[in-house]
Amino acid sequence: MTSRDYDDVPGTYVLDSRSYRKGYHLNMFCMSLNKAECREEFARDERAYLEKFPMTAEQRQAVLDRDYIRLLQLGANVYYTFKIVSHDRQPPQVMYGKMSVPPMSFDEFQEMMINGGRPIDGNRSKGES
Amino acid sequence: MARLIAGMGTSHVPGVGAAMDNGKTHEDYWIELFKGFEPIRDWHAKNVPDVNIIVFNDHATSMTLNHYSTFMMGVAEQFQPADEGWGPRKVPVVEGHPELAWHLVENLILDEFDMAVTADFDVDHGLTVPLSIAYDQPDAWPTKVIPLCVNVIQYPQPTALRCFKLGQAIRRAVDSFPEDITVGIWGTGGLSHQLGGERAGVVNPDFDKRFLDNLVSNPMANASLTHTDFIREAGAEGIEMIMWNVMRGALDEDVREVYRLYHIPVSATAYGAIILENS
Repeated sequence: MTSRDYDDVPGTYVLDSRSYRKGYHLNMFCMSLNKAECREEFARDERAYLEKFPMTAEQRQAVLDRDYIRLLQLGANVYYTFKIVSHDRQPPQVMYGKMSVPPMSFDEFQEMMINGGRPIDGNRSKGES
Repeated sequence: MARLIAGMGTSHVPGVGAAMDNGKTHEDYWIELFKGFEPIRDWHAKNVPDVNIIVFNDHATSMTLNHYSTFMMGVAEQFQPADEGWGPRKVPVVEGHPELAWHLVENLILDEFDMAVTADFDVDHGLTVPLSIAYDQPDAWPTKVIPLCVNVIQYPQPTALRCFKLGQAIRRAVDSFPEDITVGIWGTGGLSHQLGGERAGVVNPDFDKRFLDNLVSNPMANASLTHTDFIREAGAEGIEMIMWNVMRGALDEDVREVYRLYHIPVSATAYGAIILENS
């Protein structure tokens, strides 16, 4: 019996069979950006490139908006959304900051990490957060 | 006969490779970490095995949703640094060791560890950053490498106990390799970090310290951790630490801790490294 007790961990999106199925084409789009020629095609016309993948309209819009937390909610995994961040030539802290509640700038996220990171206390369980 | 001499655990944060590749290691952000690398590099300069087995994971680079293996051994003559989205790192090609790799595959499968096999696999920062940490920026890596790729991204990952037992089976296989060579084994990834979600940036120094202490003297405690233990306590991406269990399982029961490094932050990660010698 598969245990999903990790569902109790707040602010956390595990790539499991549920998100795998929901986000398959979204993640495969992200993966395509590993290829230089695909990055160029995406840069030329993002909307047209996204049409090549059988994703939902909501998933396409979240890509266009660089709405990273929405992408995770729609089945993306963070290692895949990195491909968009890299394509945009941005440091990953920009994405981490945008996913935070409330959102943080690059500098704010960087400063939180330099000061010891996000504390684990209060962040272990949905019951305590 | 082949002899397994030592193990290293190290995080494989891509930012470390980028800092080296872009000449930023003397900037304030990096200087303390790279000072901490000096004893690692001194030890590796004095202890160069013929081949390192590097236990790492692919990060949506060469393996993706349409085909994903739990454990996969690289049996090629060479592995190219991968394009992960910003062009390949300009680091030396990784030279394989097909004879030992195939020996491991055959013995592991007969020992009931069903390895997938690849002869065509570009290696990402999970493998090349540890090489950069150990060997700095040489024209060629000083050892052959056997990539052992573990699924740590898609649930369910192999259990922490399974990883430890795989390490034990690797040791049995290395011990039976007839050539007179020396072998190292590296577990990479971790320590506590979470990259995705509203909780991104969470780290847990207490958990990490306990994991490192247990790695030395009570490895079965680390082998009994569950998926949710890692996800909850070490962050969703902290589950990479199961790959350190493969390394530890391959070492003697009693090991000598040669060096330990712990540093927060590297990007959004608690960086950890340890060197363990068979006693």
